[in-house]
Amino acid sequence: MKIDNSIFTNEERAIFALRSLYDQYGYNRYKMGRFEEYDLYVRNKDFLVSDEVITFTDRSGRLKALKPDVTLSIIKNTTDAPGKVQKLYYNENVYRVPEGSRSFKEIMQAGVECVGDLDTKSIAEVVLLAARSLDMLSDRFVLDVSHMGFISAVLDASGLSDSGKNRALNCFRHKNLHELDEVCRAEGVDSCKLTAILDCCGNPAQVLPRIEQLLVTPAEQNAYQEFREVCDALEDSGYGDALRVDFSVGNDLKYYSGVVFKGYVEGIPTGILSGGQYDALLRKIGRNSKAIGFAIYVDLLDKMDGMSDNMVAVEEYTLENNG
Amino acid sequence: MKTMVNIALPKGRLGEKTYAMLKAAGFECPAIEESNRKLVFENPEKGVRYFWVKPSDVAIYVERGAADVGIVGKDILLEYKPDVYELLDLGLGKCRMAVAAPKGFKETTGTTLKVATKFPNIAQSYYDSKSRDIDIIKLNGSIEIAPLLGLSHVIVDIVETGGTLRANNLEVCEEIVPISARMIANKAGYKFKYQEINSIRQGLERQREVQQ
Repeated sequence: MKIDNSIFTNEERAIFALRSLYDQYGYNRYKMGRFEEYDLYVRNKDFLVSDEVITFTDRSGRLKALKPDVTLSIIKNTTDAPGKVQKLYYNENVYRVPEGSRSFKEIMQAGVECVGDLDTKSIAEVVLLAARSLDMLSDRFVLDVSHMGFISAVLDASGLSDSGKNRALNCFRHKNLHELDEVCRAEGVDSCKLTAILDCCGNPAQVLPRIEQLLVTPAEQNAYQEFREVCDALEDSGYGDALRVDFSVGNDLKYYSGVVFKGYVEGIPTGILSGGQYDALLRKIGRNSKAIGFAIYVDLLDKMDGMSDNMVAVEEYTLENNG
Repeated sequence: MKTMVNIALPKGRLGEKTYAMLKAAGFECPAIEESNRKLVFENPEKGVRYFWVKPSDVAIYVERGAADVGIVGKDILLEYKPDVYELLDLGLGKCRMAVAAPKGFKETTGTTLKVATKFPNIAQSYYDSKSRDIDIIKLNGSIEIAPLLGLSHVIVDIVETGGTLRANNLEVCEEIVPISARMIANKAGYKFKYQEINSIRQGLERQREVQQ
């Protein structure tokens, strides 16, 4: 069978290319059905991007849902064992209400999850794989990297009240320096350190030393050290300025505890890749493994005119099939 | 070729004042000052492209990437919560979001409070924070008339000088939040046009200091 390459849409090309990339890195495919027990999502509602789920009753009377998320199903299928690391990738449709939208949408997601006895190296590898994925999709990309444990430690050390911390975290998300300053002033807290950290963004090797001097408590220093080690491991990746420290990347503190990151490619106005380390989710369901993963919103690629030349893998994939 | 930054300006006085600041900061665009029916104006030399849009739409243009940068009131940001960076408080268009009621109005906690507003989300989250049960009546203009006709007990609206309230025998009873114009940026645009957007931000920041 001969397939003309030009027939593929951006989305399809991306899926094939990413699949072969993850395969090279030793990830196994995870295929799931459209439906899951609704119970799974109710118990972990806050973990979902939107908490609205399409549900129905199946023939046996059980409440089922059209899957709004893949991560929860994947971690359910992994086990804890010392020294064991499970690496899985998927491309699946999920059903959710995107922010600002009024109705459910079918969204094609590709992604990886790495669950188990993770060390700095395996965490850095997932971040690197996120960068490689973006590199494949576009000639110009940026991967912003942050650390939730670090932000949380810095906020704890700031002396802000709980509601102040929440407001400060919101300012972090919007890079809102002026209101961060107001939040601190309202509680009589010196805003210099928090605004300096939020204002820092760019190449890790340049940014991190500036932050290091500001840290006081052991919790801050430990989280910083953890973040630093991951960034150091990424230094030789050859991506240079495309990998940036940016503390405005913030998922919620409840599930994300370690490295978090968000990827952008030129020509797509919203982040196309989102991920992080979510050990806290595993703790919540009584597991003791670590876990990190990311998702790519492949359907956003429709908005992009041309695709990257880097996507050679598609060519290879179809050639093999031609034989 | 110089990278072009797309800037959405709100139609009206706030947009004009902001353009004056941008011009003073060195991001002028002579075409915009000629009166004509064009909607998009650019100055390739300075790397800026301006367009006028309805003030409440600025955030949408920026969030969806049609504009890299926009100037928008904090009221719109609080109401629609767009996923954008809020880079600067311009200190322009200062006013406050407030609850106003007919003079001498005594709130009784025994009934559901009827609130008329253009900003249902702001009103809802304010009363949620006070655990007060309310009935929101979403209006699109002339909010002041609602309590006078018995449509609502109070209103939640922007108050600048308080002139309109006084003329209608209303007064501010609670302040919710101060409002002013903000410079916002699209998250992806900010990554790829970092230098350009930052120099606009710094230019505006300097102008704000000059004016204060």
